[in-house]
Amino acid sequence: MALFENLSSRLGRIVDAMRGKSRVTEKDIKSMMREIRLALLEADVNYRVVKDLTDEISEKAKGADVLESLTPGQQVVKIVHESLIDILGTEEKLAVSPSGFTVFMLYGLQGTGKTTAAAKLGLYLKERGKRPMLVSVDVHRPAAQEQLRVLAEQAGVECYINPEEKSAAVIARQGLKRAKYMMCDTMIVDTAGRMTVDEELMRELKEVDAVVNPDERLLIVDAMIGQEAVAIAEAFDQQIGLDGFIMTKLDGDARGGAALSIRRMTGKPIKMVGTGEKLRDLEVFHPDRLASRILGMGDVLTLIEKASDAFDEKQAQKTVERLKANTFTMQDMLEQLEQLQGMGSMKEMISMIPGVGRRMGDIEVDERGLIRTRAIIQSMTVHERENPKVLNASRRRRIASGSGMTVQDVNRVVRQYDDMLKLMKQFGVLGGGKRKRRKRSPFGGFGF
Amino acid sequence: MSIFEKFKRGLTKTRDFMAAQFNRLAAGFGRFDDDMLDELEMTLIQADCGITASTESIEAIREHIRNTGDDSEPAVLGVLHETLSSMLTERKLTLERGTLTIYLMVGVNGTGKTTTSAKLAQRAKREQYRVMMAAADTFRAAAIDQLKVWGERTQTAVIAHEMGSDPAAVVFDAIQSAKARGTELLIVDTAGRLHTKKNLMEELAKIRRVIDREAPDAKIETLLVIDATTGQNGIIQARAFNESVPLTGIVITKLDGNAKGGVAIAVARETKLPIVLAGLGEGADDLQDFDRDLFLKAILPEA
Repeated sequence: MALFENLSSRLGRIVDAMRGKSRVTEKDIKSMMREIRLALLEADVNYRVVKDLTDEISEKAKGADVLESLTPGQQVVKIVHESLIDILGTEEKLAVSPSGFTVFMLYGLQGTGKTTAAAKLGLYLKERGKRPMLVSVDVHRPAAQEQLRVLAEQAGVECYINPEEKSAAVIARQGLKRAKYMMCDTMIVDTAGRMTVDEELMRELKEVDAVVNPDERLLIVDAMIGQEAVAIAEAFDQQIGLDGFIMTKLDGDARGGAALSIRRMTGKPIKMVGTGEKLRDLEVFHPDRLASRILGMGDVLTLIEKASDAFDEKQAQKTVERLKANTFTMQDMLEQLEQLQGMGSMKEMISMIPGVGRRMGDIEVDERGLIRTRAIIQSMTVHERENPKVLNASRRRRIASGSGMTVQDVNRVVRQYDDMLKLMKQFGVLGGGKRKRRKRSPFGGFGF
Repeated sequence: MSIFEKFKRGLTKTRDFMAAQFNRLAAGFGRFDDDMLDELEMTLIQADCGITASTESIEAIREHIRNTGDDSEPAVLGVLHETLSSMLTERKLTLERGTLTIYLMVGVNGTGKTTTSAKLAQRAKREQYRVMMAAADTFRAAAIDQLKVWGERTQTAVIAHEMGSDPAAVVFDAIQSAKARGTELLIVDTAGRLHTKKNLMEELAKIRRVIDREAPDAKIETLLVIDATTGQNGIIQARAFNESVPLTGIVITKLDGNAKGGVAIAVARETKLPIVLAGLGEGADDLQDFDRDLFLKAILPEA
């Protein structure tokens, strides 16, 4: 993320330059607008959208007395953020047909993740009590139908494919029949991707569309897409019709500015977002999170989710049990540290915290701290790990030399352990058990 | 169709767009003032060339105007061509008869690694090289089947294990097999992975280690496949992949049709890596050696 500056640091520079001036001028506002423009363009927001937006923001900024504010930079960031949320709209639910049989048709360019999205959507709906049928009408890409079949099997969702058939419309008709026969209430049609929006693709899509008569036509958009996103969405909207879109690969570090562009230019909502390689990684879209992401302002919510990902529910349950029994040991602390490491690099995690990311710059986080602590605990005997109280000076000396650390380091770890124990008692985890919130606490007993 | 025509056909939209912008800007007096240069900068950004490359190009133009006083359209175009050209490097991939060359294809999901692998196999087959492919994408459902279908179509041997198996083991087997059969080109198709996934990037580094250990004498090309519709994230991708497995070249796919293609410039400028191949269409013959001058001629209007 260090490559692209976020908006606050871009504006921060201008504000720094303004410091000492008696008042902020129109020209300062203009250079702020330039920085906003660059920040949005870096996030792949469409140029036309950027232009409109900066005009609007400029107006709002003037109206909001930014000039008189003590922190004009922050004020402007706030205005930008709000404007983005405005455009991105609210969370929108997927359609449910009053007929009792809902059809979703997924389309998009090659490699955007249509097949994966189809399977994820299938699982998502299944888990919400629907009975979906997945149908692949991709007669072009080798093994595309097989891919959907395998994914459907993993998701435990019905699937219809016909690799021998050359006509997408024919497979669509067969799939429809099959779905009704199997008493499914939802059909998800996965179509072939093309390298470009061409006539042949549109013709095929229209044919399939006429057969299945979708309640929702969803465009699959890759979060990494650049300036061309709007043109692609508009082409599909004009020729086939577009009811909303699913943005995929948001688990990467692409800012996803295309979402903003498409939303603004087509007026169609973002329905879902794909956030990982697992079939369960499909989520309802949250405008505020994406707005922060586009501005590179960090994403606390993603951070929290990432933590829950790495967090092993069973392991945590075990820890809680041990805590209740008042037997939280060094071994438990070691296991917790290992989970913490499972979340990825500390630096990456820290960069997700708003405000911190920018201050961090290129400062290296000492990842070795965790490794050292681990080494120290691993140099303890099982007895010592279970009963840290026995750690007298002689034992500490042995542990220090065993782990290649100093006695001070060992003392530090023991102190950390004591602190954690104390914190947990404070939070009422130990012994108490009144609080219910601990279930999703990603750090188990850590005092985060 | 000549190669230039292919580049031209693929990048028609970009060229038309650039030409329209130039015409609009140069309408009137054919001179470029400050505001027009700002507009031109935005034009480059709109073509996905990236902020840095765009800003630098405009700076070079401004400097040229300051030094020579010549702000005519041909002069501006000339400097632009020159600056963009200095950011791009090209290199042809070559094979050697009788020795093993390994192409390790890497990239994020959905950029066209499998298809590019197949096209590369076809190309080398046509030139009478002994070719083999390794299905090291053991993660994506049916990726192995996809490569096998391509293997049948191009009559190329495909080494594959089960889905979910260790990709490094597939590569190990493929190398042993390639050595035994006297294969001259082994193409390793890996699973798409987002560069932010630490463990998956480590998996890639492991594959590379296996290659280095098992085929120390082979010529190894680690090629990053980038989708031309990618925006600014392309730069970050290139950087991150380069850190895990030192890249030797970039392949830009899907350069025809919807892509503006500027990401080629953005990535080349940032990484200093050569662009080796350009995917200019869906046909097997549409995978071409990247040609810097043809590329620039295809996106910039004629002076």
